[in-house]
Amino acid sequence: MHTTTAHVYPIDNIDTDRIIPGKYTKTLDMSALASHVLEDLDPDFAKKVQTGDILVAGNNFGCGSSREQAPIAIKAAGISVVVAKTFARIFYRNAINIGLPVIEVEKHNIQSGDSISIDLENGVVTNHTRNETYQATRMPQQMIDILNAGGLVNYLIQHGDYV
Amino acid sequence: MKQTISEKIISKHTGKPVKAGDIAIVHVDGVMATDATSPFAIKAFREMGGKKLWDSKKVSLIIDHASPAPNETVANLHKLMRDFSAEMGCRLYDIGEGICHQLMVEDAHVKPGDLFLGADSHTPTYGALNAFAIGVGSTDLAATMLTGKTWLKVPKSIKLTINGELRKGVTAKDLILFLLKELGVEGANYQAVEFTGETIQHMTLASRMVIANMSSEMGAKTGLVDPTGLELWYPFEPTFADKDAEYIRELSFDVSALRPQIAKPHSPENVVAIDELKGTKINYAFIGSCTNTRLEDLHAAADVLKGKQLSNGVRLIIAPASKRVFNDALKDGTIEILSSAGATFITSGCGPCVGSHLGVPGDGEVVISSTNRNFQGRMGNPKALVYLGSPAVVAASALAGEIVEPE
Repeated sequence: MHTTTAHVYPIDNIDTDRIIPGKYTKTLDMSALASHVLEDLDPDFAKKVQTGDILVAGNNFGCGSSREQAPIAIKAAGISVVVAKTFARIFYRNAINIGLPVIEVEKHNIQSGDSISIDLENGVVTNHTRNETYQATRMPQQMIDILNAGGLVNYLIQHGDYV
Repeated sequence: MKQTISEKIISKHTGKPVKAGDIAIVHVDGVMATDATSPFAIKAFREMGGKKLWDSKKVSLIIDHASPAPNETVANLHKLMRDFSAEMGCRLYDIGEGICHQLMVEDAHVKPGDLFLGADSHTPTYGALNAFAIGVGSTDLAATMLTGKTWLKVPKSIKLTINGELRKGVTAKDLILFLLKELGVEGANYQAVEFTGETIQHMTLASRMVIANMSSEMGAKTGLVDPTGLELWYPFEPTFADKDAEYIRELSFDVSALRPQIAKPHSPENVVAIDELKGTKINYAFIGSCTNTRLEDLHAAADVLKGKQLSNGVRLIIAPASKRVFNDALKDGTIEILSSAGATFITSGCGPCVGSHLGVPGDGEVVISSTNRNFQGRMGNPKALVYLGSPAVVAASALAGEIVEPE
């Protein structure tokens, strides 16, 4: 299985203004969004991320606004999965809808730099650095279907309607 | 089956009785998106193969977040919205018409009993009207623009019963800030909040909108205000919760002794009574946003500022909720009072609240604002300190140069 590096911010309530400030959201340019992602939390974040890395946070990740630019910016920066203890609901839906996997893991011991692999289908996170595995909360079937389609756009292209 | 307000409205829109925890595919009565969310919604709609809207009369696009356009990038996003609405025949509210949530209510595009989706997190505002309204992102909205439907998990509900008469100078904003302190920013995650009790039942529509609006700050899927006492300018059939409906949590508060409340930087749950902050010097006061800049809010500010002048070195910016609010305040003399006192009026819209247009505070500056969020960087500068309070407190603080309660 493909392993990636974790970037851990063990902070609760990382809001959408910190993920991508409102002043940068009025654009359709993905690379412009990616360059500012999480800059008020960690100015070097965008530079540190290698394509495929994972982002790890605390409770209620993505609270605040409905801006889809938040998960878009994270995905465009190269993050392949976001792991948090819990997610705010609009962020959670938005991430799945744009094809950015997000999983809730209540208990884990992931530290920045750990080598991680994730089995989304079974909700299992493996920490290769510490030889540990963690169980994720199962998401509703509707969300698994949308995620498996690669996002809501592809889901609707495939099905033509909600099924 | 005994049902909450959410369960009743969702049942009506999915054609069968539902209960909390069920996944439902629902018909939607209307949708709206702003210039912050429409561009990605239009892009996703096209990518889905969308050629026409499911019902053009039920789709509204509103230019309010960066209005009028501050630069060519935004100007082109606005142009994209105008071109799309012309092509699809949907409604477009152009610059200066007002803030999305105010317009949807004023023009009755959302009504009691409706199930409504908005690509803006403060969409639960319509819970003031006894509608089930949820905030979604751009792609979810695009899917509804195409199909007229969405899917959702029927939320569990929290019931908050509020009794007692608010003291003079204490408002719906103080009440919701107090409740936010009690529940916290994730206190209602994925759940609906029902607000009831005599305090709520005596509130104006504008005040009910303040309450429902900031339920989103609790992480709520939506906030629903008891329709008892709700007065509208058109006939409607209210949806009440059944007496024995099931709630995940029930809390009661007597607020007759409540003091004005302030949220300190950098979270709307970081709430204290104003007494703890007296003497905090301010540089900038803002009355605006979908939360608190309706006619009753401008009246509250004018009551404080009539015949007086802002404190030296303090600026007060006001962005009325809509052109209609501005015109009403113009006709009844409120604008003259506020302007003469030194207030600066800007285009109706969201800009300063969300840091997307005008009114950005400087490094280290202290802001008192009638808005809904004070996350770090929210107003466009992570080095500013933003305090949240009622319009009356904002006006009184602008007069004093420091955080004070209205006399």
